[in-house]
Formats: sequence, structure tokens, C-alpha cells
Amino acid sequence: MAAKLLRQLGALAGILLAVSLVAFLLMNLAPGDPALAILGETATVESIAAMRARLGLDLPLSERYLDWLGNVLRGDLGQSFRANEPVLGAILGRFPVTLELLIGAQVVALGLALPVGIYTAYRARGLADRSALAAALALISTPPFLIGIILIYVFALQINLFPATGYVPLSEGVWRNLHTMLLPILTLGLFEFPLYMRLLRSDMIQTLQQNFISLARAIGLPPWRILLGHALRPSSFSLITVVGINMGRLIGGAVIVEVLFGLPGIGQLLVDGIYQREYLVVQGVVLFVGVFFVLINFAVDVLYVMLDPRVRIDHASR
Amino acid sequence: MTTQAAETPVAAPAAVRRSRLSLSVSLPVLWLGAAALATIFSAYLPMPDPFRQSLLRTLQSPSPTNLFGTDSLGRDVLARSILGLRVSLVVGLGSVLFGFALGGALGLVSGFFRGRVDFWISAAMTLILSFPPLVLAIAIMSYAGPSLGLVIFTLGLLFVPAFARITRANTLSLADREFVLAARAMGMRNGRILLQEILPNLVAPLIAYGMLMVAVAIIGEAALSFLGLSVPPPQPTLGGMVAAERANLLDAPWAVFGPSLFLFLTVLSLNVAGDQLQRRIDQREAAL
Repeated sequence: MAAKLLRQLGALAGILLAVSLVAFLLMNLAPGDPALAILGETATVESIAAMRARLGLDLPLSERYLDWLGNVLRGDLGQSFRANEPVLGAILGRFPVTLELLIGAQVVALGLALPVGIYTAYRARGLADRSALAAALALISTPPFLIGIILIYVFALQINLFPATGYVPLSEGVWRNLHTMLLPILTLGLFEFPLYMRLLRSDMIQTLQQNFISLARAIGLPPWRILLGHALRPSSFSLITVVGINMGRLIGGAVIVEVLFGLPGIGQLLVDGIYQREYLVVQGVVLFVGVFFVLINFAVDVLYVMLDPRVRIDHASR
Repeated sequence: MTTQAAETPVAAPAAVRRSRLSLSVSLPVLWLGAAALATIFSAYLPMPDPFRQSLLRTLQSPSPTNLFGTDSLGRDVLARSILGLRVSLVVGLGSVLFGFALGGALGLVSGFFRGRVDFWISAAMTLILSFPPLVLAIAIMSYAGPSLGLVIFTLGLLFVPAFARITRANTLSLADREFVLAARAMGMRNGRILLQEILPNLVAPLIAYGMLMVAVAIIGEAALSFLGLSVPPPQPTLGGMVAAERANLLDAPWAVFGPSLFLFLTVLSLNVAGDQLQRRIDQREAAL
């Protein structure tokens, strides 16, 4: 077990290094001169040379990578040019917004997927099951920005319940914050709900066919106790894995939702960085998101072994 | 080309396996066929010019001349939606074909030869999987500048690991089957075994999966174009149209919901048809 963990940690270090290399190469192999792009049309030969030196573009590639990696490990991702603030500071300052969006979306998605998934598995092929599956298919076929726009159209423009854009930080009160965050959270949550629901439903249907469930039925346990007390746990392993991995994957959806609702998260930072040609900001966000994603996946792997006794025994016996 | 690729995978097994076409197959195929035809022959459709602006006719509600109304520059929303759908279909099919070709080849090689080759290929796949897909796509698009070829390449790259994994797993199990052993005993070379014995057995599951991935690719392209990181203007894209007109959502919902409807129906059709196809292939596999 310890040896396996050590091996996994080694692999993790390798992947993190590779992630940093991708983030580095993206900026350094891109066509066009970043210095020229930052300075714009009015740049002189001298100012371009100065900017290239400031960005370190005049050194050989491998040297630049090692320099850059050394800075990154010390927490220095460079300065943004327009706002003239440290890139890492900008990312960390905005990350709580994205994190709230991600966690909220997971809560909404699971809050919907658990009851719907359990019930549709229990009454598989019934009317409720078929309608839920149809709704899930429709939701999967809707891009996240469209879900958001429909919610804005109904809840912000037609019945004026929530604002269409804008953000109030948590520090100014939970309710005022939720008032601005509810539609974005709902958008992202509805986007991932069908995935969770279908996964739980199909795993649950398989569990319900097993002998220990028949035994529980034969004993005469009420359905809700069988479903929640006996069938849910063994049916939720793949769901837990996917929920974990989705914490990272969802950042892609969060970018869209943040832009749509004007939330100051790291997705908005990324997109603004692209529009304003702040290459260091874009690179910083890509690196940050990549590392976050890899660490989440690693944690899920480790947790999975701890959660599922079958995997644990399997490894122990090897 | 678009027509064929959109229609044949669904129509063929449906027609062969069941004489009665169910609604859940025929409706999606009908929509996809119509969409493919409309986007190919859009120049001949009796519609207003999708690029002609008219400041006198901005944000007009739907009418017989402008079935989906007009946008904030007075352009016909329906005609532009059809052009936007063309981008969606080309990117959807193109990127999946790219991912299919590259991922399939890598998976085949990796599952057949195993060992060192397998290790390095899966390491490369891990690298692609080390970023949230949309974020990686956004990053590549932002550095390299938007163009049609690059959108197809970028989204296609994201599909490579999945196609490689499916192909590899199937190749691993097929490589030990009797007919491969027989081919080897007959003195067939590796290359011929791969192409003639193993590849044909992989096509059916990969096509069903590929159809579902076209749906994912179209959503991905819509997300990129919503952020302004897909094919650049003046070429209309469905996501770009939604992004441009969302400020007028209250006054002119048609300018946003028109392109959205095209997007939704196309992705839904692909998902429904792909689901059905996958189910049928699973049944056939189970029967074997």
C-alpha cells in the first residue's frame, strides 16, 4: 500500500512537471511575438527589445523554462502589464468566486441527481423514469451558456427575481451573495446533473438485481430502507469518482458561466487575459487550473481506494 | 460529404436491422439530413443575404421575409443560423474524424505491440488529460489565433485520448482471439493483421461513440465561439451569434433563441441517434 502510494506520488510529480511544460510551451511556441502583441502597433525596435528582455524571450528555450520553473516554484508567476499586479495574487484573489461556483454547482447537481437517480432506478422503465431520461437527454444537448441564457430570460428578465449579471462578495452577506450567485450555480448544476443522474441510475439498477437486495426484500424491509440503507452505498462509487474529477473538469463550464454572468472568477480572468493579450495571466491561469485539476484527480484516486473495500482488499492481497 | 457522414451511420443499421423505423431514429436522421443539405446548398435557398446589413430593419420580429427575425445590424437571423450551423457541422465532423484517425491509430499500435510503445503513448494521453478539456482548448486557441483549421485540430486533439483508450482496450482483447492467432500462423505480417483482422472489428463501437462525440464537439465549438475563440467574423457561428445578441435578449429574443434552437436540435439529434446506435451494437455484441 505504501509502495503503491509512493509510486503514485512519483507519477504525480511527473505529471505536474509535464503540465508546467505545456503551460510554458503554449506561450513560447505560439506564432507571433508576445512582446509585439503586448506593445501594439506603436512599438519601436528598442521598446520591443526591452520587452523581450523583460519577458526573458532573448534566452534559449531550455534556459527560459528552467528559469521560469524556478520562479513558479517560488510562487512568482510574473506581473500583469495592465493591472501591474502579481499574476498569482490576481488568480488567488479570484479563485474563491470560481470555487463557490463549482461547489454550489456540485451541490445542486447532486441534490437533484440523488433523489431522481434513486427513484428512476427503483421504478425503471416507468413513466417518471422515461420523462427523467428524456429531460436528461435534453439537458445534455444544451450548451451551458444556453441553459444560463434561458434562466436569465425567465428569472431575470421576465419575473425579475434575480439579477442577470453582477456579483456581490460573500463578505457583504450570505444572502446578498447568493442572490447574485444562484443563477450561475443553477446553470452549471443543471449542466452536470444529467451526467450524475444517469450514472447513479444505471449503477443502482445493477445493484438492485443482486442477491442481498432480494434478501432484504424477502425479509420485508420497506423500499426506502432498502434503497437508502442497502443499495445506495454500493451504487455510488463511480458517482463519487466522477463528482471528484468533475471539480476540475467543470472549470471549463465555469469559464463560460462567469463570462455570461459577469462573475469575477478565474475563468473571467482567463478570458480577459486573452482579449487584452496578457500572456502571463493566461499562462498563469492555465498552469493553475492544470495543477488544480491534476491534484484533484490524484486525491480522487487515493480516496477511491480508501472508500471502496473491494479495491482495498484487492491491493492488499497483491 | 457532410450529408453522407451525417446520414449513413444511422440510416444503414436502422434499415438493415428493423424494417419499421422508430420515431427516435427517423426524426433525428431527418433533422440531420435537412441540416446537412441546407448548409451545403444554402446559397440556393430563397433567403435574404446573411451578410447584408440594414440599419432600418434592426431587431425586427419574425415575419414571412425574415422567419427568425433580424439581428442588431438588421441581418436575417435564419440565413445566418444556417451558415453558423455549417461551421458547427464541419467542426463537429472534422474534429471527431481527426481524433478518430489519430487516436485510433495510436490505440491500435499501443494495444497490439504493448510494452514500451504502449507506455509512451499512454504518457502522452495522460498529458492531454491533465487539463480540463475546455480550458486546454481555450488556451491553444488564444495563443495560436482563431481559424477553422485550428478549431478542428484543437477539439480533435481533445478526443484523441478517448478514441485511443477504446481502440487499445478492444485491440488488447482482440489480439488474443483465435482468428488473429490463425492469421499469424498463416504468416500474415503485423501491419496486415492490424488493418485486415483487427480494425474491421473495431469500427462499429467506434462509430457509435464517434456520433456522440460529434455532439460534444459541436457543444465545444459553440462554447469557443461564444467566447470569440472560434472561426473569426464575418463568418457567423451559432455561439458567436448568441454572444453578440444576448444584450438584446429582452427586445429581440429571436436573435438569441433562433441560433440556439439550431444548436439544440442538432446536438439532441446526434445524441438520440448515437444512443440508439450504441444500444443496437451492444445488443449485437451481447448476442454473440
